[in-house]
Amino acid sequence: MKIIVCVKRVPDSESRVNAAADRKSIDTQGVKFVLNPYDEFAIEEALRLKEAAGDGSVTVMTLGGDDSKETLRSALAMGADEAVLLKGQTSIDGLGTAEKLAEGIRGREYDLILFGKQAIDDDNLQVPAMVAELLELPCATVVVELQVADGRATAKREVEGGHEVVEFALPGVVAAQKGLNEPRYASLKGIMMAKKKPLEEVDVGDAESRLELIEVTNPPERSAGEIVGEGPEAVPELVRKLREQAKVL
Amino acid sequence: MASFDGVDYFDLDSLLSEEERAVRDTIREWVDNELLPIINDCYIERRFPKELVPQMAELGIFGSNMPEKYGCAGLNNVAYGLIMQELERGDSGIRSFASVQSSLVMYPILEFGSEEQRQRWLPSLARAETVGCYGLTEPDHGSDPGSLTTRAVRDGDDWVITGTKMWITSGSLADIAIVWAKTGELDDPGSIRGFIVETERDGFVAKDQKGKLSLLASDTSELSLQEVRVPSSNLLPGSSGLKSALMCLNQARYGIAWGAIGAAQACYGEALSYARNRTQFGRPIAGFQIQQIRLVEMLSEITKAQLLALQLGRLKDRGALRHTQVSLAKRNNVDMACEVAREARRLLGANGILIEYQSMRHMANLESVYTYEGTHDIHGLIVGEDITGISAVG
Repeated sequence: MKIIVCVKRVPDSESRVNAAADRKSIDTQGVKFVLNPYDEFAIEEALRLKEAAGDGSVTVMTLGGDDSKETLRSALAMGADEAVLLKGQTSIDGLGTAEKLAEGIRGREYDLILFGKQAIDDDNLQVPAMVAELLELPCATVVVELQVADGRATAKREVEGGHEVVEFALPGVVAAQKGLNEPRYASLKGIMMAKKKPLEEVDVGDAESRLELIEVTNPPERSAGEIVGEGPEAVPELVRKLREQAKVL
Repeated sequence: MASFDGVDYFDLDSLLSEEERAVRDTIREWVDNELLPIINDCYIERRFPKELVPQMAELGIFGSNMPEKYGCAGLNNVAYGLIMQELERGDSGIRSFASVQSSLVMYPILEFGSEEQRQRWLPSLARAETVGCYGLTEPDHGSDPGSLTTRAVRDGDDWVITGTKMWITSGSLADIAIVWAKTGELDDPGSIRGFIVETERDGFVAKDQKGKLSLLASDTSELSLQEVRVPSSNLLPGSSGLKSALMCLNQARYGIAWGAIGAAQACYGEALSYARNRTQFGRPIAGFQIQQIRLVEMLSEITKAQLLALQLGRLKDRGALRHTQVSLAKRNNVDMACEVAREARRLLGANGILIEYQSMRHMANLESVYTYEGTHDIHGLIVGEDITGISAVG
């Protein structure tokens, strides 16, 4: 079972991120970057599939600069066997990024390509499906359960109000949703081993963009809360405000 | 995702390697996800969370700075220190467990054990299939361990050990104890040797220490050895005199110098967040001068302690560390953490006495940390002798 997992370096969701002075990017000063949390589910699933199959390999791949090597090594520390850095910048246009990833994947052997369902930085939710399309592969997104047997995969997907089960022939693309599994912690031995595992670098150039970035802004400051009153007598006024002002009821 | 991003006012992260940061972040995340959600209940129930031990072993925490050939991760000492820091950010009791297993049980076997003993015990201790404790201190022999009265008497091919050990972390949980006993006359500290004693042996009894007001989520026990018979192969052949026992403590103290920073960070983080959110007189109490100065004092002291610990670790990794430097760092950093915890508790006002806030738990724990592994005062005298050339204890 040969599995490729595509990952991304993103700001930690605990970090406070601000628009940079040029309003075209974010200010990375003091921002901690981590492996995209949804990608952890993808890596964990790949490791479990490989362990269940008893053989095979897990390759992690990313498009990015040298700083993405740290992200790849986080995945290697979890247990991936090898890493590929496609050197070039990602694009705000998901298709540009998908093209570079597809280019990096073509010519490699694989049974399955796994992604996190979205990167938590730009929230495009585009790349897994686009890579599948470019490689002419079946694609299941927002997957919470995955079974692989005899060259076929069965994936349970989250859909509005329920689940949907799809089946497809391998190779294919799967985008992992939270709940697919419980990602393991990188062990301390794993962290030490990560730097000894192969990390291939391929120059692919920057991803193209069909979108022009106009402006990056911070969300508006949250206005202060309002205390309507105290005790049961405040309830009618609270309900009125929730209904008429906040329009949530 | 880590919900705690550390206290790092001077970008000390830039002085750490990628692996060191990765190790710290892994333990930090584990503490956030696994330890912090249960620690308050454990503390109130006076229970060591032993269900976490297999996970800690899986992560590779025990003996993490020891060689890979014994099933350990082979980390450097800075990474080891960062692990202690993060564990103690959770609770001093958990860090104590890890310190004892690693520095007081695995270390003496690595340092003074035969190759056979290392092979037999180290991988099992790393996986925590064996839990260990360390018996040096006795009821009447604390700061002056050279006067200990536990005896080991040779009888044919065996050693027969009799004595009482006190304040033994993990004593009731342990499968083996590293016991220090005199093989010669009671006035001869040079005859002190270390023994591996399986706790299931006849005559070995561990009794929970009742009445503690500190380290409530830790097992502290008294060990009683009544003519416990061990084969001569249980003697640590390389151990020789009190010095060997003190070498182990030096390893543990090194980890404590780091651990205390974690407890202080937890208290500072809690105090800062509380001060920003707690409103009195119409504004957050963080807007009052007295609380700002309080917070800045905490931050300054934590930052200095961090730099001290980091250089301590770099010296240790270089093989250039002197034990007197460990004494200074343990003394300084634990005292710092005690002060930070107390000030944080005060800033929290009445809420500060509740278990749902961390500061008082840390404050109570740190009183033990201040006292064990060489008290604050004894470490002062160790450094005092080093700089003056005169011993204050004779």
